[in-house]
Amino acid sequence: MSDARTPIVEARGLRLQFGERLLWDDLGFALHEGEFLAVLGPNGTGKTSLVRILLGLLAPTAGSVRVSGQAPDLARAKVGYVPQQRAFDADAPLRGCDLVRLGLDGHRWGLGLRSRDADERVRRALADVGATAYCDLPVGRLSGGEQQRLRIAQALVSDPALLLADEPLLSLDLASQRIVVDLLDRRRRDAGTPVVFVTHDVNPILGLADRVLYLAPGRWAIGAAAEVLTTETLSRLYETPVDVLHVRGRIVVVGTPDDEGVHHHDHAHAH
Amino acid sequence: MFTELLGQHFVHTALIAGAVVAVVSGAIGTFVVTRGASFAVHAVSELGFTGAAGALVLGIDPVAGMMAGSLFVGAVLGLLSLRGRERDSAIGAVLAFGLGVGVLFLSLYQGYATEATNLLFGSIVGVSDRQLLVLAVVAAIVLIGIAVAYRPLLFSSIDPEVAEARGVPLRALSVLTFLLLALTTAEAIQVVGVLLVLTLVITPAAAAQRLTANPATAILLSMVIALVATEGGILLSLQQPWPTSFFISTISFAAYLGARMRTWSS
Repeated sequence: MSDARTPIVEARGLRLQFGERLLWDDLGFALHEGEFLAVLGPNGTGKTSLVRILLGLLAPTAGSVRVSGQAPDLARAKVGYVPQQRAFDADAPLRGCDLVRLGLDGHRWGLGLRSRDADERVRRALADVGATAYCDLPVGRLSGGEQQRLRIAQALVSDPALLLADEPLLSLDLASQRIVVDLLDRRRRDAGTPVVFVTHDVNPILGLADRVLYLAPGRWAIGAAAEVLTTETLSRLYETPVDVLHVRGRIVVVGTPDDEGVHHHDHAHAH
Repeated sequence: MFTELLGQHFVHTALIAGAVVAVVSGAIGTFVVTRGASFAVHAVSELGFTGAAGALVLGIDPVAGMMAGSLFVGAVLGLLSLRGRERDSAIGAVLAFGLGVGVLFLSLYQGYATEATNLLFGSIVGVSDRQLLVLAVVAAIVLIGIAVAYRPLLFSSIDPEVAEARGVPLRALSVLTFLLLALTTAEAIQVVGVLLVLTLVITPAAAAQRLTANPATAILLSMVIALVATEGGILLSLQQPWPTSFFISTISFAAYLGARMRTWSS
């Protein structure tokens, strides 16, 4: 039974430590159907590590995670993963349809000969993200925005119970960023699939994120965007005066120790 | 003269052996090229040479030594699963040392110098019936390996990040790729020699990928190009007594050039 009270993701007492360096301790949250959680914070605070923990690819130093009531490595088949845009080789022998199909059964053994059912699911996933035209095109010849549409189709083709997106907007232009965000949001609204969205820039998802998990060096905070993204909360997290400014409907964080004045809230700062 | 040669048993053996080797080389090449591991092919083949030269010194079958050498370095490269520049320099260092040791083995070897030349440049006409059987069995192992692991091999070669998120064991597939490559290389050395393995394992796959983005078609096309180059090379060398590997590498390169000149229209 899909009780709305049963969380899709439940993280308890997570601690992540690399050698001497403690990234976070006693991190916990629950994610329910239809929720959109933004994971924010500067580089090196374990945003991607959190995604890897949710995928069961990294064991936390302490604490536990359940995805759909299972250990994360057993729940992987129920998770759709959208990576950051990364250029394919121009000659990569893969077409749009092939990329999406790999998301369906690329992890299985055997040749995976054509089947009507698989073809139909791939076709539908492509149509859902408006990428039908890319089916027969080499992925290496598509733009970053076109590739990210295919990435979303690839993540959705297995009809996942959870979506994990790790910096999916990086190096995309604004129009493509909006398309990617809208597609993920639509899936969440239509199917109730919760989204964990890792980003260093909150602005593209400002109206969508129900909650924000902010990771700062050694500390974290979770709550509604309006509660977390404040001068008080971030100054406490960073243990130094930080200003959260609202400029023309955008949020700008100034004074964090990791940058040279203005916080990296534009996509030019890739990591 | 030509038709007379075509009736000879050793020519038949050479043509069959060439076909077997071409098909496996073309198949594994696609995965090696998409991994960006062309340089690794060179390392595997040069260490195969070291193994073969060592076997000559010890008086055992050089093919066994070649298999041992290339499988060893294949396993190491697969386990390291390095990427980019780090892998390049690691391979360069290992390859140079292995070749140095091979040179020492050759200088210690008191037998015929042709054995060494054959290793470096190939000798398809010398294949015995027993060797042909071994070639066929090893080729079958490689092809079955590719067929069984086809989807995760492709996924992990082209899209490793998402493959890992979907539960594909990247390291195991990296080891598998390099072991299959090692077996293939040890086969290809017997046709074109250590120095020209790339002409069968890389060039046809690279040419095929210029011509199609359909992964299955790319593999088949790569096999066909390797096959045409090998069989064409053997037949040409019957008419004109130049080295077979020269003809094979020339046909293979011509296919690559042709594929590069053809531009995409979509």
